[in-house]
Amino acid sequence: MRFEYFQMIDRIAALDVGGRWIRSVCTVPRESTIFEGHFPTYPLMPGVLLLECMAQTCGWLVTAINGFTAMPFLVGVKEAKFRTPVFPGDELEFEGKMVHEGSGYAVGGCEGRRQGKSVCEAQITYRVMTFPSPEFRKALIEWAERIDVPVAELVK
Amino acid sequence: MSATFDKVADIIAETCDIPRENIKPESHAINDLEIDSLDFLDIAFAIDKTFGIKLPLEQWTQEVNDGKATTDQYFVLSNLSEQIDKLIAAKGA
Repeated sequence: MRFEYFQMIDRIAALDVGGRWIRSVCTVPRESTIFEGHFPTYPLMPGVLLLECMAQTCGWLVTAINGFTAMPFLVGVKEAKFRTPVFPGDELEFEGKMVHEGSGYAVGGCEGRRQGKSVCEAQITYRVMTFPSPEFRKALIEWAERIDVPVAELVK
Repeated sequence: MSATFDKVADIIAETCDIPRENIKPESHAINDLEIDSLDFLDIAFAIDKTFGIKLPLEQWTQEVNDGKATTDQYFVLSNLSEQIDKLIAAKGA
């Protein structure tokens, strides 16, 4: 995770576009100014950042499905649960799937796990829109390449 | 009133917390019921799931933006229900 860039996912470990399924992995940093405030002497991964991990995981799935022709923007979260504390250094994996692909929107479901045990889950809604600019799309594709999204197979 | 309208009205009432009796076939989802675009996404999701269809929201928006259609055609609930019935029929064809 790179908190300072809000890039929560270290790597896409598995992606099945046909099966509408994705798995991402990431490690919570051991050091961050975030932990100085959340909380002093008891550093905890904020639930809102776990939510961002889930949003980014399913967001990559939506982007892969549409072949990088459109960008999913987070617009809604339902049934978010944070089941257990997550600490600096924890290794997490997130499994996302599509719940529904609507016209101009998508709904995904995601679960985060640590050592196989569930730590969080949520249903996430995105508005799916054209990229604001070609530069934005290019930057997103470069980001995808850095985290092992099989871009060459996906880009339309 | 059609069975489709009744289901749509139930969805809107539940999704947007609008009293069911205030939702009428002639109600305009945006102008009369004041449903915003985000809430309408939740409604579209529920309609898609309930009827097993995909409301063509992008196409409708484009048509309205291009002046080829009015919002009444798609967002007055009797008209929306007719559109849903057409999509259901097309799916079964």
